[in-house]
Amino acid sequence: MPLYHDEDQAMLADTASGFMAEEGNIAKQLRHWRDRDCKDGFGHGLWKQFAEMGFTGMLVDEDDGGLGMGHVEAGIVLEEIGRNLTPSPFLTSSVLAATALKSGGAEVKGRYLPGLISGDSVFAVAVDETAKHNPQRITTRAEKSGNGFKLSGSKSFVIQGASADMLVVAARTSGADDDDDGITLFAVPKDATGMSHDAVRLVDSSMATHTKFDSVELDGDAVIGEVDGGREILNAMLNAGRIGAAAEGVGVARGAMDMTIDYLKQRKQFGQLIGEFQALQHRASHLYSEVEIARAVTIKAQQLLDEGAPSAELMTSVAKAKVAKAAGLAVREGVQMHGGIGMTDEYDIGLYMKRDRALHEFLGDAYFHAGRVAELSGY
Amino acid sequence: MSDLEQFRAETREWLEANCPPEMRQPVRDDEDVYWGGRKATFKNGAQRAWFEAARDKGYTVPSWPKEYGGAGLSPAEAKVLRQEMSRIGARPPLSSFGIWMLGPALLKFGTEGQKKRFLNEIARGEIRWCQGYSEPGSGSDLVSMQTFGEDKGDHWIVNGQKIWTSYADQADWIFCLVRTDKNDKYRGITFMLFDMTNEGVSTKPILLISGNSPFCETFFDDVKVPKSYGEDVPGYVGEINRGWDVAKYLLGHEREMISGMGGGERTAAIGSAMKRVAGKTGDDLDPVLRSELALFDVDALAFTAMAEKFMDEMKAGKGHPAQPNMMKYVGTELNKRRHELMMSAGGSRALEWESEDTGGGKPSRNWLRTKANSIEGGTSEVMLNVISKRILELPGN
Repeated sequence: MPLYHDEDQAMLADTASGFMAEEGNIAKQLRHWRDRDCKDGFGHGLWKQFAEMGFTGMLVDEDDGGLGMGHVEAGIVLEEIGRNLTPSPFLTSSVLAATALKSGGAEVKGRYLPGLISGDSVFAVAVDETAKHNPQRITTRAEKSGNGFKLSGSKSFVIQGASADMLVVAARTSGADDDDDGITLFAVPKDATGMSHDAVRLVDSSMATHTKFDSVELDGDAVIGEVDGGREILNAMLNAGRIGAAAEGVGVARGAMDMTIDYLKQRKQFGQLIGEFQALQHRASHLYSEVEIARAVTIKAQQLLDEGAPSAELMTSVAKAKVAKAAGLAVREGVQMHGGIGMTDEYDIGLYMKRDRALHEFLGDAYFHAGRVAELSGY
Repeated sequence: MSDLEQFRAETREWLEANCPPEMRQPVRDDEDVYWGGRKATFKNGAQRAWFEAARDKGYTVPSWPKEYGGAGLSPAEAKVLRQEMSRIGARPPLSSFGIWMLGPALLKFGTEGQKKRFLNEIARGEIRWCQGYSEPGSGSDLVSMQTFGEDKGDHWIVNGQKIWTSYADQADWIFCLVRTDKNDKYRGITFMLFDMTNEGVSTKPILLISGNSPFCETFFDDVKVPKSYGEDVPGYVGEINRGWDVAKYLLGHEREMISGMGGGERTAAIGSAMKRVAGKTGDDLDPVLRSELALFDVDALAFTAMAEKFMDEMKAGKGHPAQPNMMKYVGTELNKRRHELMMSAGGSRALEWESEDTGGGKPSRNWLRTKANSIEGGTSEVMLNVISKRILELPGN
């Protein structure tokens, strides 16, 4: 498969780009909800529009009412989300949770997938328990209780946790805290007794929760996949989320870069356009190179994941780390090259910097993923 | 089975039968590379067998048309062949500036007669070419070059000096930029082809910091260059005084070639190899160095994806025409960083300059050699200028 979009994918990119620029732009969504102190941090109306566009069920199998598309297609939508800083539940619901639900039985799929596809439901994913991404360590426990389970423990930085109709929770059903085995994924409904959220707003105006589970009773149908067999599903879900976050990061990087290059062509100082200064030209050209590479490796990892290739895991971590580096450079150069107005809230470049920071941290930062590259390579 | 799968199966079988095991080892030094030409000798029987098998199959230049010595492979087939060769670590059967540089120029600008003669000679490894571009006063500002060819009717008399002519002392022929009109900077250069044994051509190797001499100074002292070598075989490529068009086109190719240097999927990531290197001398990999290696491997592996995308897009006619400049910039900077890390992982052992253990100082000599990567074929700074002008379309000159 060549490393560029085929005709169908290019058409999807056109559609997604037009739609997101029109409906998901910064004034209409990010600033709108932020300035109203929205408790969700995104608009449900836009989420319904995502459904009408066919985005919400992209990764859901056709047999389950979805479009049966892959990570390349989801990445196309995410790149546009990133470019427009569009706040939405797409990454957590349609990529992460949808990937986990692929491994679920008919009961759990039937309960949740129709709401996702129609844009009526929002899902969140509760994996991390500390401020850094560390999915190896799962201490939240689910004990057998009658026909079901009792869930106890806590999860940190659950993105859109308080808005979610269902949370995919990674819990330990056996073994020690750092064991590979003994993990089970649960679909926990929002009205579960004993679940409580402490909501926090993050730097990019998105909302997260610290969520406590105090003997939350779940019936056996809440299990996604096999009891004690959740590690593989968790990994698949996380890799889907990581490559999704990378794709969104590419969009953030390209959005920030394009805005900055435009500015270099407009702003005059010392009687000339600042884009004429070689000091800035070389930095802009270096930035362009890094962003191009980040985009290439992201598409490569998407294709490998869609093929189920053995190297998909390695390249996903390469992509997540590379995008973190390239997008970080894009927003830092963006603010610096904008000068004083880059520091103002009125100008959008700072919003790119904030979103990049949150995305960089989500599901493992550049250091986490470079470390994984080393481990997977045997050093 | 699709045609392409069929081709892959056949290719695998052919490589299995024709590529000797010795030719599946990484290239360690220049002797492992077969350059062809009148003065060429084979290092061993395996090198000869591999070259001859590839030559007879058209696989020294797989995507060139059959009538010019290639195998006429489609882009998709050529990619399969590259993948299958890379899978077993097969060395290129023949390397040459004819394949990388002059060939592409002739395919685009050459006459039928030139293609039939020169491309076949290149494909069969009969003539080794070198490139005469840079001059002592014309490095990054190449178009200011002064080597002059005086028009004498059916020939020119060429006088001047070239520098950084790779392997000029071992080459048979040279493709050379010569000024033929002093009044027009860009439209006053002719892309000439001539024999290095012509009277008045002399070469002098340049000793580099690596202790090696891959480059020469090349002097032209009243060299007679014919305008024609026979029917439909002009002694120049393209039109007279329009050699700069050919040169610009070729610089793109040179940048692609250099951007691939030291690359390839097998050598992209170096962390695990460096752990073994450190282990050999009884050292543990320093934890901070390990982190640097991991961050390097991220960049290197990401760049292999970029290289694949770049090739795919080029073959499909997509992608920005100035993109080779970006590939050259990033590829060479990455290679310099790779060798810095390899020196660190090797420790004092990597400093040995002549020892047998280091194959005659390979780590340090190779490390020094990479410093030229971002100078030759257009400096990194020139690449960044081109990106900002042609891709980002930033203002000014």
